[in-house]
Amino acid sequence: MTKVKTQSLHKRHSQLAHAEKQMEFLSNGIFATDELPTFAEKIKATGQFPLRPKTLEILQINVGYMCNQVCEHCHVDAGPDRKEIMTRETMEQCLEVIKTTKAHTLDLTGGAPEMNPNFRWFVEEASKAGIKDFIVRSNLTIIVANKKYHDLPEFFKKYNIHVVSSMPHWTQGKTDKQRGEGVFQDSIKALKMLNEVGYGMPGSPLKLDLVYNPSGAFLPTDQSALEKDFKKALLNDFGIHFRQLFVITNLPISRFLDYLIASENYEDYMYSLVEAFNPAAVANVMCTNTLSVSWDGWLYDCDFNQMLELKVASKVKHISEYNEELLNNRNIVISQHCYGCTAGAGSSCQGSVA
Amino acid sequence: MSYYDPKDLRKFGNITEWGEELGNKFFDYYGKVFEEGALTAREKSLIALAVAHTEMCPYCIDAYTKDGLQRGITKEEMMEAVHVGAAIKSGASLVHGVMMMNKVNKLDG
Repeated sequence: MTKVKTQSLHKRHSQLAHAEKQMEFLSNGIFATDELPTFAEKIKATGQFPLRPKTLEILQINVGYMCNQVCEHCHVDAGPDRKEIMTRETMEQCLEVIKTTKAHTLDLTGGAPEMNPNFRWFVEEASKAGIKDFIVRSNLTIIVANKKYHDLPEFFKKYNIHVVSSMPHWTQGKTDKQRGEGVFQDSIKALKMLNEVGYGMPGSPLKLDLVYNPSGAFLPTDQSALEKDFKKALLNDFGIHFRQLFVITNLPISRFLDYLIASENYEDYMYSLVEAFNPAAVANVMCTNTLSVSWDGWLYDCDFNQMLELKVASKVKHISEYNEELLNNRNIVISQHCYGCTAGAGSSCQGSVA
Repeated sequence: MSYYDPKDLRKFGNITEWGEELGNKFFDYYGKVFEEGALTAREKSLIALAVAHTEMCPYCIDAYTKDGLQRGITKEEMMEAVHVGAAIKSGASLVHGVMMMNKVNKLDG
């Protein structure tokens, strides 16, 4: 049984629960004293400023911040106490966009998206739009959290949903440390349930990918090497199959920023990110092909900008006034957290980019 | 104030400034050594961690603990590697006891 590890920053009334406090922190200190270059300065030096969108490929919709877990490093600050949930009305506005967008991928995220009471209705309606790749980011444990979620694997299968799930390590200790006691065992149960209906099985068209992000103040290593280790361990220890591993770098925002500051790792971590800056990753960073929609319909360059409340720099700022052409003419809003997506092989919701 | 400053590790690359050719040759060699080969990069990282301890190099311990974490190496694996280094180090001392025994036997046997 999954146990909630901690409380959200919101619940704790932490200063860092407020986006402007996070932005203040990221703009000052080592970046104000010129010890490290700001992200804007860095990409100016490589001739990549301003950052501009390319063809829109992915529409990522955050249907709410409520979650059954409170993971240590959650950039959403999600948890059971978060009440921000997308309404049916906003979902209807999203559906209008989904029907006309040129994006080939629809990516539903949260919190635990399945906890939105209109989740299944939304999936059914959105799937009628004939999106090529329909992703649901499931935290796995939700599948076994309550009887009413036990049929999720069958539901996902019915709509050919591409399931993408977090799994910080193939061992219980490291997984539970980051995501809460009992999460590892529940995740294993859920993965077996997904495998049983065909998800992730060799030769199966049902796609099951896992997401790895480091459990502490360090950057991830090469995606293919980690994927090999994950596959070997999960197959040998539990007979579990999955398709691909996406490696994601932790961005210094929200609960991870709080952790970095509290553990006195913030400066070293920022140094690591800046030292690992890779211009090739900048060229393919996810905000260049993604748009993020918040639970209340506002538009952002990515899920991280959403959490920092940095809305798109466009006349069009809300899903109700969506205009793809106008949006494609915007400059992408950046700050120091963007170093997280340009370190090493780069990082995105689809894993490495360079 | 310690002789060792963790921030100095970031300056390691600067040694090329006072000896470019040899510095570059060292870093080329170093980079090549840690590439995937007959041994995996993961195995090499664990060897480096063990040697870092026998050399008692704080910079190397710092660097290869972090490298291990990045590669998903568990703390149990890291500690076993450290014990391998420690066992060789203590074994290397102890095996010299044979020299002592030889000498005793020769002088007083």
